[in-house]
Amino acid sequence: MILVLPIILPLLFMVVLMFTRRWLLFQQTFSLLGSIVLTFTSFLILLDVYQNGIMSLQPGSWEAPFGITLVADTFSALMMVTTSFVSIVVMIFSPGFIDKERQTAGYYPLVFGLLMGVNGAFITGDIFNLYVWYEVMLTSSFVLIALGGSPEQLRGSIKYVTINFVASLFFVGAIGILYGQAGTLNMADLAAKMRMWEGGNYINGALMLFFIAFSVKSALVPFFFWLPASYHTPPIAITALFAGTLTKVGVYTMFRFYSLFIVFDQQFWQMFILILAGLTMFIGVLMAASQFDIRKILSFHIISQVGYMIMGLGIFTVTGIAGAIYFTIHNMLSKTNTFLAGGLVYQRSGSYDLKYLGGLYKASPFLALLFFIPAMSLAGIPPLPGFFGKFFLIKGGFEAQQYFITAVAILTGLFTLFSMVKIWNEAYWKKEPEEVKQRDGKVHPSTFFATALLAVAVILLGVFAGPVIEVCLDAGQQIVNPEMYINAVLGR
Amino acid sequence: MLVLLAVLIGVLYGSAVYLLLRRNIFKLILGLIFLGHATNLLLFVASGLTSGKPAFLRGLEDETIGMSDPLPQALILTAIVIGLGVTAFALTLVYRFYKVTKTVDFDELSENE
Repeated sequence: MILVLPIILPLLFMVVLMFTRRWLLFQQTFSLLGSIVLTFTSFLILLDVYQNGIMSLQPGSWEAPFGITLVADTFSALMMVTTSFVSIVVMIFSPGFIDKERQTAGYYPLVFGLLMGVNGAFITGDIFNLYVWYEVMLTSSFVLIALGGSPEQLRGSIKYVTINFVASLFFVGAIGILYGQAGTLNMADLAAKMRMWEGGNYINGALMLFFIAFSVKSALVPFFFWLPASYHTPPIAITALFAGTLTKVGVYTMFRFYSLFIVFDQQFWQMFILILAGLTMFIGVLMAASQFDIRKILSFHIISQVGYMIMGLGIFTVTGIAGAIYFTIHNMLSKTNTFLAGGLVYQRSGSYDLKYLGGLYKASPFLALLFFIPAMSLAGIPPLPGFFGKFFLIKGGFEAQQYFITAVAILTGLFTLFSMVKIWNEAYWKKEPEEVKQRDGKVHPSTFFATALLAVAVILLGVFAGPVIEVCLDAGQQIVNPEMYINAVLGR
Repeated sequence: MLVLLAVLIGVLYGSAVYLLLRRNIFKLILGLIFLGHATNLLLFVASGLTSGKPAFLRGLEDETIGMSDPLPQALILTAIVIGLGVTAFALTLVYRFYKVTKTVDFDELSENE
């Protein structure tokens, strides 16, 4: 029964917060407590799943192929834990950063709406239900990105809403075609049926539509332009939350679908995904290098890093998948952390533009350190988790003899280091320029504490890489052997 | 019926794409609405048309073959409701954008950098 909690709890919190919107202090404390409870629940699910194998629940006692199933395997439990931990940090960060008008206009209930959608997408076992969770998540994010309604935000959110709506329609169209061909929407049932068909190549049409929908959501190469065009517009706490959760749901779904439904033409799909992964990581990082706004550099980086995750999927060995999962967790933490560190820079200097920044290392070494840790982790410097993630991906790539993509991954790592160093040089090391927006802005203690907490989490993820990788290998086993998932849901 | 619906879906998709590519933002919203309708119809047609058959009939378990499948209609209903919500939000957003910038031209969307 614990499996319904990741959905029910955020809903409950959202309703409570919706009715108490004007009481600012209550909103802040309640949502912090709420996200801690959520993290604790997800952690219990992770423990249970890791010890007892895949957990499934049939709400309303409708048996598997007919009702909507909830399933948690190690991968989805890991993603839930990371998401809710990111939400804790954002909840600590927000009171000191977002203005009062936005906070009382429904910011906190919307964040829980977002979390409900994200958690639902992680644990549902039904494709149409997955679409509904995507919409719950997206609707909350639509309102969050437009919240406050500054002209810049309106521009960003029109693009964001349009492209995501179109992608959702691709998703629905694919569901229709798939249902017409297979007659079921339960993921496990569908996967089991597909393994019994002979020559079902015609399913590839529907799968390609699904692939387009998910690559828009996770910002893969031909479909990534909406992300840097909209992510920099809302207050950076919201961007940080989006960066840590939204695109990763697309990646998660792609893993799930690939593992369950790519039965026919595996070689084509593997090649296709590897090519897209290589293009995504390389183009993303190149475009990041040409930007001068901290938020834009980091937004383009999200794209590049999604390429690494998809690379693990294309390799599709236990090592590769485990590396990709570890990399995803690391990325959710480090990426959010760099955005929050950017927020600290903004509080201190009143600008995100590298031209107006400088001398921050001299002014406050601690702020510099808080950016340095996640940035070096993203670049892949050894004791930090980014190194272990990339190491396992590259190891997986060599083992699977995918030398070209591995070379691209290593090259991209160099460019990542370059653009992180660019922010570092411009904002922290360079001498303070003549014209600056603001000289000695106050950094709110809560924002500082939140960023420091996340930096500590990044370091700990690197220090305890061994045990975490163990769990990731377990998750990788489950992804590579989808029979485990199918049997757990259908109760065989 | 099938051919008619297929043509209708094609026309809807075509006009939706045309409208989406216009510079006027209100036409963009119209395009999104058309695209939603086309997709709902696609869901309806792709999951199989059975005309003149009831969805459920009590006491006739062995004659399920001739019955129409109620699930796609439930799916479409859900998709319509979600589409309605998103469209309403998009309209509000565009109206707000119009009030702030006094224009419906897409070129205003690009930032001045």
